[in-house]
Amino acid sequence: MRFIFKTNYGQDINLAKHGGHIFWYSGLMALLLAAPWVFPEYWLAQLTFVLIYSVAGLGLMLLAGFTGLFSLGHAAFLGVGAYTQAVMTNAGVPFPIALVCAAGLSAAVGFVVGLPALRVKGIYLGIATLSFGFIVEEVLARWESVTGGNAGIHIKKPDIFGWVLETGDQFYFLCLVITVLATLGILNLLRSPTGRAFVAIRDSEISAQSMGIHLAYYKTLSFALSAGLAGIAGALYAHKLQFISPDQFNILQSIDLLLMIVVGGVGSVHGAFLGAIFLITMPQAIALFKDYLPAAVGQAPGLQGLIYGLVLIAFVLFEPMGLYGRWLKIRTYLQMFPFYRKGMFKRQKSFQKSDRLK
Amino acid sequence: MLFLQLVISGIAQGCIYGLIAMGFVLIYKATETVSFAQGELMMLGAFGGLVGMTMLGFPYWLAVISAIGAMAVFGVVLERIVIRPILGQPAFTIVMLTIGIGYVARGLITMIPGIGTETQALPVPYKDEIWNVRGLVLNVEHMVVIGATAVLCVVLFALFRYSKLGIAMQAASQNQLAAYYMGIPVQRLNGIAWGLAAAVAAVAGLLLAPITFVHANMGFIGLKAFPAAVVGGFGSLPGAIVGGLVIGIVESLSGFYLPDGFKDTAAYIVVLVMLMVKPNGLFGDKLRKKV
Repeated sequence: MRFIFKTNYGQDINLAKHGGHIFWYSGLMALLLAAPWVFPEYWLAQLTFVLIYSVAGLGLMLLAGFTGLFSLGHAAFLGVGAYTQAVMTNAGVPFPIALVCAAGLSAAVGFVVGLPALRVKGIYLGIATLSFGFIVEEVLARWESVTGGNAGIHIKKPDIFGWVLETGDQFYFLCLVITVLATLGILNLLRSPTGRAFVAIRDSEISAQSMGIHLAYYKTLSFALSAGLAGIAGALYAHKLQFISPDQFNILQSIDLLLMIVVGGVGSVHGAFLGAIFLITMPQAIALFKDYLPAAVGQAPGLQGLIYGLVLIAFVLFEPMGLYGRWLKIRTYLQMFPFYRKGMFKRQKSFQKSDRLK
Repeated sequence: MLFLQLVISGIAQGCIYGLIAMGFVLIYKATETVSFAQGELMMLGAFGGLVGMTMLGFPYWLAVISAIGAMAVFGVVLERIVIRPILGQPAFTIVMLTIGIGYVARGLITMIPGIGTETQALPVPYKDEIWNVRGLVLNVEHMVVIGATAVLCVVLFALFRYSKLGIAMQAASQNQLAAYYMGIPVQRLNGIAWGLAAAVAAVAGLLLAPITFVHANMGFIGLKAFPAAVVGGFGSLPGAIVGGLVIGIVESLSGFYLPDGFKDTAAYIVVLVMLMVKPNGLFGDKLRKKV
């Protein structure tokens, strides 16, 4: 067991709590840096997707996991970012400027969507964001002069002030840098007063308000930041696929993003990454195991949806903290070795609380 | 005349939305959870009718009754197995759970060889019949939808107004704890509410099936019933039907008078406006914040 003896207040908010953190995260970083030489090209491409989805997941985690506002239309922000990036890159704007614009425009749209969040809560907010997602998808499909409509749009290679990223390895490093920056940004935000305010709003709006937290300001800020991160992820997604069309940003994509954070573990930064890994490797795993199943089951088009649904149900019922929660339990078990008790992480049973009066 | 025609077809479509929305409201009122699987329950109901009519060779009325009955039992079982263990958890958890149920239902249906992946027409006796009333061309399928919805509304109204069960459900939806102290078996009522919602969804599916077709993705229409429920006020049964009618008529008119693309988004635009102007909906009760 490890005991941390705290001698100053700074230790409370250090990003790395102890030597183990520094060691393991350095190891992970070294592995990620070496990835282009370690993994074959196909897996590197999958790893790039994991990084891209992690950025989007971080955004949604900030909104859903830390501010307690759920968005059922997050793919719309992804779409706004992707299309901004595509249109600007094709017009010859360098990558960093286009990326900032994509994030900025997404954040602005997120701000607008966040406005109803001040009046409505719970399921109403979910429906407002859902509606918004549908409207954005329709706009992307109909505004043909800019977005190319349902036929989609091709996007050029990223061009950083004259240095064009041609290969997958270079693009991987670009994604890695952006993901690391986004992660550090989120971690820093969460230990700042702003992040604490988000968490306070999640836990109880009324007590947050009475502690002097300006609900309107922080809720819209959370929406804007979350949408901005989704916009960045969308921009990278567009570059990775090199071709985007409106149906990539529909309700199913929004649900995939939610599935990602629920499976990863709502309310933990690790969860965004674990969820992204799950979301990307799951179709591959299904494709691998498909051949061992009887043909009627293995080749059915609904297999993937069925497995997604079952996994989602299983996580909600048995592991509400997601993959990260499972890891926490394993870690606690190992740390306290013979003393782990079954009830340590037991969910509190409570009476049905009314959302209507919240 | 054209206007009237559009309004009537809008009303028929709106009744479908209203019926699905009624399922949301029933579940929401009883258990304070929002079911995203309502559209899929409707799809299962339609498939139930299809199986009854084509494979088992039931006559129309028997197939309808057995499909509705089977769905009601399915709803009760679903509540018992997956919903009850997580009651009391945050609303979002249950939303994700019902999304998962929807995925599973859709996946399972497409796995049934033969019927799962195809689109089929439901062989109802009133298929493709048309009434001509003073120049108005009335589709019998639409008339059946409107009539059945009206009957169902009366039945549900009577249930909630006069039967002991309905009054107990009203009590439980107002305050579960107080209802429990009065000797009302709240958990059993939750199960019955799910059964009722599934049965209503099955009715919606059987009514919609002759107009569109029976296929695995017909449940997506459930996403348009959300705006209906919100416009009416999420906690009100008559509100659900009125909201459905509003959405249906707006959609039908905007499909004709406005440019392309507005037909599919009209429902969502209406609901966004509604949320900005009157977040509690047309019939929703205003509740104060209590600490």
